[in-house]
Amino acid sequence: MWAFIHKMGSPPWFFRFATAVIRWLLPIVLLALLAGSLWGLLYAPPDFRQGNSYRIIFIHVPSAVVALAGYYVMASAGLVSLVWKIKMADTAMRAVAPIGAALTFVALVTGAIWGKPTWGAWWVWDARITSMLILFFLYLGVMALFEAYDNKAAAAKACAVLSLVGTVNIPIIYKSVDWWYSLHQPASIKFSGETAIDASMLYPLLLMIAAFYGLFALLVLLNMRSELLATHRQSAWLRTELG
Amino acid sequence: MPPNLTTFLRFQAQRHLRSALRRPGDILNPLVFFLMVVTLFPLGLGPDPDVLAGLAPGIVWVVALLSSLIVSGRLFQTDYEDGTLEQLVLAPHPLALSALAEIISHWLLSGVVLAAASPIFAAMLNMPVQAVPVLVISLLLGTLCLSLVGAVGAALTVGLRRGGVLLSLLTIPLTVPILIFGTSAVREAVLGYDPSSWLALMGALAAIGLILAPLAAAAGLRISLEA
Amino acid sequence: MKHLLTLENVALERGVRQLLSGVQLKVARGELWQIVGGNGSGKTSLLRAISGLARLGLQGSVNCSSSLLFQGHLAGLKAGLTCRENLRWHGSGRVGSAKNHIDSALQAVGLAGCEDTVLSHLSAGQQRRVGLARLWLSDADLWLLDEPFTAIDVQGTSLLETQLQTHCRAGGAVVFTSHQPTAIEGLRVLDLNQYAA
Repeated sequence: MWAFIHKMGSPPWFFRFATAVIRWLLPIVLLALLAGSLWGLLYAPPDFRQGNSYRIIFIHVPSAVVALAGYYVMASAGLVSLVWKIKMADTAMRAVAPIGAALTFVALVTGAIWGKPTWGAWWVWDARITSMLILFFLYLGVMALFEAYDNKAAAAKACAVLSLVGTVNIPIIYKSVDWWYSLHQPASIKFSGETAIDASMLYPLLLMIAAFYGLFALLVLLNMRSELLATHRQSAWLRTELG
Repeated sequence: MPPNLTTFLRFQAQRHLRSALRRPGDILNPLVFFLMVVTLFPLGLGPDPDVLAGLAPGIVWVVALLSSLIVSGRLFQTDYEDGTLEQLVLAPHPLALSALAEIISHWLLSGVVLAAASPIFAAMLNMPVQAVPVLVISLLLGTLCLSLVGAVGAALTVGLRRGGVLLSLLTIPLTVPILIFGTSAVREAVLGYDPSSWLALMGALAAIGLILAPLAAAAGLRISLEA
Repeated sequence: MKHLLTLENVALERGVRQLLSGVQLKVARGELWQIVGGNGSGKTSLLRAISGLARLGLQGSVNCSSSLLFQGHLAGLKAGLTCRENLRWHGSGRVGSAKNHIDSALQAVGLAGCEDTVLSHLSAGQQRRVGLARLWLSDADLWLLDEPFTAIDVQGTSLLETQLQTHCRAGGAVVFTSHQPTAIEGLRVLDLNQYAA
């Protein structure tokens, strides 16, 4: 295990690892996305209240779930980089931020589109959309801080501290926004206790969530790989690697 | 001989307070800013006392948050520019404690002053008298939290040339719970309910912040010196 | 004899640019070292790395076993405080020196009579001297001084040279940077041009 973690810290080894994983992951993720979308959009039954407009949850919920998880992935990478000073963790943290922000943005936009037929307005200040918006701001803050530093090694450390502070804050923000406005329908997927949504809708949704996690991993690896290509373009190992 | 911890902290606070008191403009300007922005709201929303009274908790709190953010940008600025920060980093005492001393001194000169002046703003916005003590207490606790959050942002941006707007980008999302608890407490008091649970939540935030924020600020300051 | 400071195979990079590599230095008690090198050769970066302020681009081993005093380009003084307050409350942890010590240190740097003057009312050169007065109050073994002779007149320079020698004779050690040659007795020189990467 330790040997594996140690190897992950070495750019040449990681480059080979990422290239191999991407080759496997790409078809799996594409297949899962395609299957999940078709299942959710064509075969799942319409909702008895919302009709077909609910089908946007097959995009909205997975992107929201993975966006939030992404922040924790980013903060964990930041912690690793601060404590063990592994440079690849810096690269990982940098790679996650724009992808997490993009997923948050997708969740916000799909939420707005869903809101129009459901509540009759493009934007409603309900608790979960507001929390998502604040998560978006948190991502933007990390990205802005990274850009502001000239010294990129210091930038990564600064972003690590900021994302750790954000991690402590996120549960407090979510809870406080929840109290502020509890208008939204209660969380509909609960793994403990009864599920409020029918299995015919739940399974394609779970498949889509899994596919989005895969997509997230794929994009992060691609991003890290291109980062390595950019920073090590002069290195001998990269030249031999690329042939 | 390095002095013991309490002497060191006392010296840091004294140093900060004494040099700030020699420039009273830095303490008064945020208050004037507060006063001016509060004046803008009746001009924008109309002078109807009932409308203003309904919006007063939100207005006072949002303006307090903004003025607190603006002043916290200066929190470590002079220390960075005159080299005091380098000396504090190399001091035998933990940097987090120096940061804590600075944050508390900063809060005494900004947040406490603002909270003390807030009844005037409450009166200008026609806020019911029974809510004023709650407003003052919520601002006392809230500005402490804001100073703590602002200190982390200030520590991370102190070495950057265009730190001002960036500081707001970093800290505004983190201040959301403080704003929610603060306005909720004042609104409950305006409506005649018991606001103590909201104040207790703010106290909890302040307690967590007092422990964690100095550590994060110290890490941020070290990074700013590295860059 | 135990060394106060040991650098072994130290390399330094700033951003993606390699500044130095293979720097070796051993500083024993009683030694006075000058780090020389042109602009951008990494004098300040090396000193900051030794002090522990900035170690991001540092490789190799830096072993510093003694108490140290670091004085950078910036003096670490507050413009709004008097000379006496500044020396009493300065950040380096050796705060709280007795009043008579502070006054005699100020006297030693030629600032007698300015004890209660607010720093911003002094000239730039005088402010520089207030910063140097710290050397008269310090009980640290190793002094790391970045360009201590900048912006100081002839009389101040000789005062400072004497103080550095006194410190070394008392068993301390000094490492300072300067881009101009300095003629102090017993001075050892570390030329960074040799280690330019």
